[in-house]
Amino acid sequence: MAKMNMLQAINNALDTAMAANERVLCFGEDVGIFGGVFRATSNLQQKYGKSRCFNTPLVEQGIIGFANGLAAQGSVPVAEIQFADYIFPAFDQIVNETAKFRYRSGNLFDVGGLTIRAPYGGGIAGGLYHSQSPEAYFAHTPGLKVVVPRNPHQAKGLLLAAIHDPDPVLFFEPKRLYRASVGEVPEEEYQLPLGKAEVLKKGTDVTVLGWGAQMEVIEHAVEMAEKDGISCEVIDLRSILPWDIDTVAESVLKTGRLVITHEAPLTGGFAGEIAATIQERCFLYLESPIARVAGLDTPFPLVLEKEHFPNLLKVYEAICDSVEF
Amino acid sequence: MTTTKPKTVHSPIFTDGAEFRIATFKLLKQDGSLYKGGKAPDIGKEKALRIYRAMVTTRILDERMLAAQRQGRLSFYMQCTGEEAAVIGSAAALGDSDMIMAQYREQGALAYRGFTIDEFMNQLFGNDKDYGKGRQMPVHYGSKKLYYMTISSPLATQIPQATGYAYGQKLAGEGHCTLVYFGEGAASEGDFHAALNMAAVHQVPVIFFCRNNGYAISTPASEQFAADGVAPRAYGYKMDVIRVDGNDVLAVYQATEKARQLAVEENRPVLIEAMTYRLAAHSSSDDPSGYRSKDEEAIWREKDPILRTQHWLKSHGWWSDKEEKELQERLRREVLETMKQAQKRPPPALETLITDVYKEVPPALNAQFEKLKAHIRRHPDAYPKSANDPAITGKPASTKEGGA
Repeated sequence: MAKMNMLQAINNALDTAMAANERVLCFGEDVGIFGGVFRATSNLQQKYGKSRCFNTPLVEQGIIGFANGLAAQGSVPVAEIQFADYIFPAFDQIVNETAKFRYRSGNLFDVGGLTIRAPYGGGIAGGLYHSQSPEAYFAHTPGLKVVVPRNPHQAKGLLLAAIHDPDPVLFFEPKRLYRASVGEVPEEEYQLPLGKAEVLKKGTDVTVLGWGAQMEVIEHAVEMAEKDGISCEVIDLRSILPWDIDTVAESVLKTGRLVITHEAPLTGGFAGEIAATIQERCFLYLESPIARVAGLDTPFPLVLEKEHFPNLLKVYEAICDSVEF
Repeated sequence: MTTTKPKTVHSPIFTDGAEFRIATFKLLKQDGSLYKGGKAPDIGKEKALRIYRAMVTTRILDERMLAAQRQGRLSFYMQCTGEEAAVIGSAAALGDSDMIMAQYREQGALAYRGFTIDEFMNQLFGNDKDYGKGRQMPVHYGSKKLYYMTISSPLATQIPQATGYAYGQKLAGEGHCTLVYFGEGAASEGDFHAALNMAAVHQVPVIFFCRNNGYAISTPASEQFAADGVAPRAYGYKMDVIRVDGNDVLAVYQATEKARQLAVEENRPVLIEAMTYRLAAHSSSDDPSGYRSKDEEAIWREKDPILRTQHWLKSHGWWSDKEEKELQERLRREVLETMKQAQKRPPPALETLITDVYKEVPPALNAQFEKLKAHIRRHPDAYPKSANDPAITGKPASTKEGGA
């Protein structure tokens, strides 16, 4: 075990994967000698050479198109998109190509080796284009897996699982926690399961669900609620697609209440999918409407970021409202 | 900082690129003789006939399947007509294990590599023998064993994929390259730019093969770009480029053979622009009479690449009218018989709806499938393709199906 922040854990995961398999490649804008604008790929070029860790021209659709071809060839590409906000030029390659490669070819070809890493999320004064949480766009795309870690231990375990997974994975990293989140991380290889939620805390009154950086917000909101005597069950979804319906439903069947929170805007956000599915599965057990605490339906603003954000106070209030309904 | 040595001037001199005019490489005249000074590539009789048979196969398959679409037997079709020399001449210059990534009008390359009429038909009819499991529209072929990447409809997406694939081939060091086909219309997509720039920067063994056939559906090339075609763009990427008469199988072959050498031996990406003409409609859903004249088409019919190749073969004494007649009759018969068989085969198993989305079927998708099966059991008449599927009846597949 070693103390690492999330960036170090990600760097360590990439290092581990590249050391174990020479077909693993890391590339993107500024990931080469510089090691990435956040330093996630530090020292990888020095260690594994320019042919396995390199800069690409500044073209997101090219990065993912290139990565699709490499993965189809049998390599294991880990492509970096500098900010999740800039993944949209590659939307066509991801949605029409990456996601459909295996299905459309009848399994003759696939890009299962592909992992796409992108820093996501707000809370860093990033304004419109350094704050977005685009997971719901991709959750609407069969064929993709979408994963979001919440701390360094998860970041390494889930990233290694993503790299080894036989399907293409989008790996969204909460950049607000890159350096803020520090924890013990095993130095050897380990993997955490994709598609599985994690129950972080048992409780009986209400289930509070989120992912990524929002888990930190939930943790503090739940602390406040527990002081009021509300017993919260906390779940980290970890995988947005496919998501772990059983774990969430099981919890809600017990607590009868569900609060979901994410940074992305409310309308069309992934909480809507969860709410619809859970009301189907748990209709007779629900004691209050499923609550969604999300960003406003606006672009992500700069100066009024705090007002826009689904912060701990908003989540706390939603927990109280749900219990008092 | 640039990658070239700076050259300075001290007055504001603009350039519009007019000096970038690229000559067209031609070897073979329409009568089958060579241009003066041209030297034919060293293609022996066997390979020449393989190329020619693939051209005729493609033409006959296209004619018959367009007719089948008109008769309502097939939902959709796209012909390669007029572009057989460009496609087959280039495919013939590759190694058997070089990857081909196509747009959709390159069935000739598959025919050259040995895709059988049966394999074409199974895809066109999306039956239980289709490698693609009936999921994609007709003409979206793929073959793993023939190194032919499955086609997808979004234009130009395969171009940066080819760059990536070729990068992997370079690392593998086995001496293979990738050839990627696309039309001049697709070259306007952003993916074209991304692909060529990345290939040049990373020096990968990829051949970009543009079929400039004058039209993207109804849009003439003059409304696609203002420059001298697609070829001059290579200068901007610092890439080797050649323009070739796309109806001249020898010129296409030789250009591709040399491009392959540059790609594989020197890791230099190459752009080839083959000038040709889309003699057929864009697809079975298109009628070109709305946007171009019969006279224009007639000019190009005179330049038929198959006839040109046939004249060349005959000039060597490698082909006769008798052999031509026999080949045509045999192919017509084979296409017709194979079509009937393919049409009779059952659809893909119902389960293929949900497999291959992921390597393993996720639980939530399985649950959707269970629900669907229960629904079909309640309404079998509404789902004639699936009502007798083993997943519905619980019995093994019926034995009286198909003519196989």
